[in-house]
Amino acid sequence: MQPHAGADAPERAPLPTSATAPEGARPEARGPYAISTRGLVKSYPGPDGGVTPAVHGLDLDVHQGETFAFLGPNGAGKSTTISLLCALARPTAGTATVAGVDVLTHPGQVRRQVGMLFQHSALDMELTVQQNLRVHARLYGMSRRDAHRRTTETLDAIGLGDRRRAPVRTLSGGMRRRLELARGLLHEPRVLFLDEPTTGLDPHARAQVWDYLRQLRERQGTTLFITTHYLDEAENCDRLAIIDGGRLVAQGPPAALKAAIGNDRVVLRTHDDPAADRVVRRAAPPGTLTTPGPDGISLRLPDGSSWIPRLCAALAAEGIPVRAASATPPTLDDVFFHHTGRSIHTAGPKAAGEGL
Amino acid sequence: MTAPAVTAPGNPDGHAGPHPAPPSRLRRELRAVHALVHRDLLRLSLQRTHTALMLIQPVLYLFILGGGLAALIPTAALGVGYQLYLFPGMLMMTVQSPAIMVGIRLITDKQTGYLRELLMAPVSRATLLLGNCAGGTVVATVQGAVLLALAGAVGLPYDPLLLALLLTGMILASFTITALALALAVSLGRAELFHMLLGLVMMPLLFLSGGFFPLDNLPDWARGLAALNPLAYGVDLLRRSISLSVPHEATTVGIEWFGHQPPLLLEAGVLLTAGVLALLYATRRFSRPE
Repeated sequence: MQPHAGADAPERAPLPTSATAPEGARPEARGPYAISTRGLVKSYPGPDGGVTPAVHGLDLDVHQGETFAFLGPNGAGKSTTISLLCALARPTAGTATVAGVDVLTHPGQVRRQVGMLFQHSALDMELTVQQNLRVHARLYGMSRRDAHRRTTETLDAIGLGDRRRAPVRTLSGGMRRRLELARGLLHEPRVLFLDEPTTGLDPHARAQVWDYLRQLRERQGTTLFITTHYLDEAENCDRLAIIDGGRLVAQGPPAALKAAIGNDRVVLRTHDDPAADRVVRRAAPPGTLTTPGPDGISLRLPDGSSWIPRLCAALAAEGIPVRAASATPPTLDDVFFHHTGRSIHTAGPKAAGEGL
Repeated sequence: MTAPAVTAPGNPDGHAGPHPAPPSRLRRELRAVHALVHRDLLRLSLQRTHTALMLIQPVLYLFILGGGLAALIPTAALGVGYQLYLFPGMLMMTVQSPAIMVGIRLITDKQTGYLRELLMAPVSRATLLLGNCAGGTVVATVQGAVLLALAGAVGLPYDPLLLALLLTGMILASFTITALALALAVSLGRAELFHMLLGLVMMPLLFLSGGFFPLDNLPDWARGLAALNPLAYGVDLLRRSISLSVPHEATTVGIEWFGHQPPLLLEAGVLLTAGVLALLYATRRFSRPE
């Protein structure tokens, strides 16, 4: 499987004459990680003559076979990171290995092992479904026979077998997305990058894409790296990283990230909130902060739902009936807010060069 | 491990067993070039109306303009009838537009996002440009060959040697025009700019190609410009090929360098060199890392 170490070395040389690999060009042994970066930086020349960092010192580890979400608002550096990991752009500083191969020294080898679903559709609209896939297969060096076999296999798997002769421009948005997914998987990559895979799709098409991703993970163990700004999608993943302004602010399984910021949010509504506030503060563990709001008093408590009966009883004893009570576990939006001080839905692109 | 493995007999290709040895690097790059040529041919066959429309213009020129002017222009002035005189120019006109279109496609691919799919492929960027260039050359030659089928209508014999010579000339010209268009596309980067420039220079290039009228009646400065015009070299190659194999069809002098007509092979060499240089330049610009 591992081709000759020198196979990609003359990538930028004018002619592939130097077939012998320089010493030390052999890729490192594959670690347990599908993706691993250290101090990854990508800066672009800024408008005022300075440099604008798009990605600012990223340390990222993605395990093999896991579904990893990369969560952040628009302009946070998600797409730039993907470009760096696919060797489409060269990092300004830092290192990255993908599928055990160094992105800087062996870009071609990395690209053979990764598949990509671009944020914006990248299909040839004039060609048919099948032709798009065949051209892709040949671009990835497959023999005609393999190209034919894989095209049929992936089209059947993705449920587009009966549309194989349809021109791509006649397909719906959801079908095009599925076709791109099939194309990204045609050459059997070890890591599949998905840049906002469901943006612009209706809920039904979104669910279809996710169904297929789940199947893929179960059957083939492909590592999935998904950028998204949908919280419910990030919730579905094994682990996630939150990026904001080009920096990683948190990394871990969704449950652990939520547990780290702690407690459930309990909200109680009464007809006399100020009075209720005093009672609740006495009944709750010492040091609990209560905040009055338009929906009632809210406070954070571990295992919030078991506290509701106790708080209601305490209020009833003081003659204050409770009209409504709820306990909500922390959401990823709470996690995002905790780390960035903003909600992901209100966070616009951060001002360029803020870190300087 | 690259070049020798391809020619070695019994090289394990992806035809045997479920886990064949990975193909050699050169073979992978060649497959990518083939993928791009294949894509261009598929588009050619899918856009039949577009292809037919592109062919109509030279046919109209040949039979309406050529037919109309044939009566006015005495054969003595050109050595041949005007329709036959016009034929090499119309072959070149047929060839240039698809060749340029494929050059422009590099820009439209960028705008539609398809270029990112190409850049993700595990091949060098030189291979991608080579594939585009080969695609343009093949598509343009195919269209030229369709017009070549009309050779009999202007009084040319269907002589295999003549047809082979004309086809070779068209392949050479298609290659150079595609390479020049790619070099321009890579440097300009914007389709509107490309079309504007094309609209500006296309007419002068065609008129200074020697396809419509002989260049030797033009003022010196115009003849000087013609000597820099790749289309003029293409037309000249085709015209001289015709007079080579049909010797009694004497034709006029085309391109001149300092008052002398260069040898046929040297003209071909100049055209080829221009194409190779343009392709090398385009590759260098295209391969710059982001």
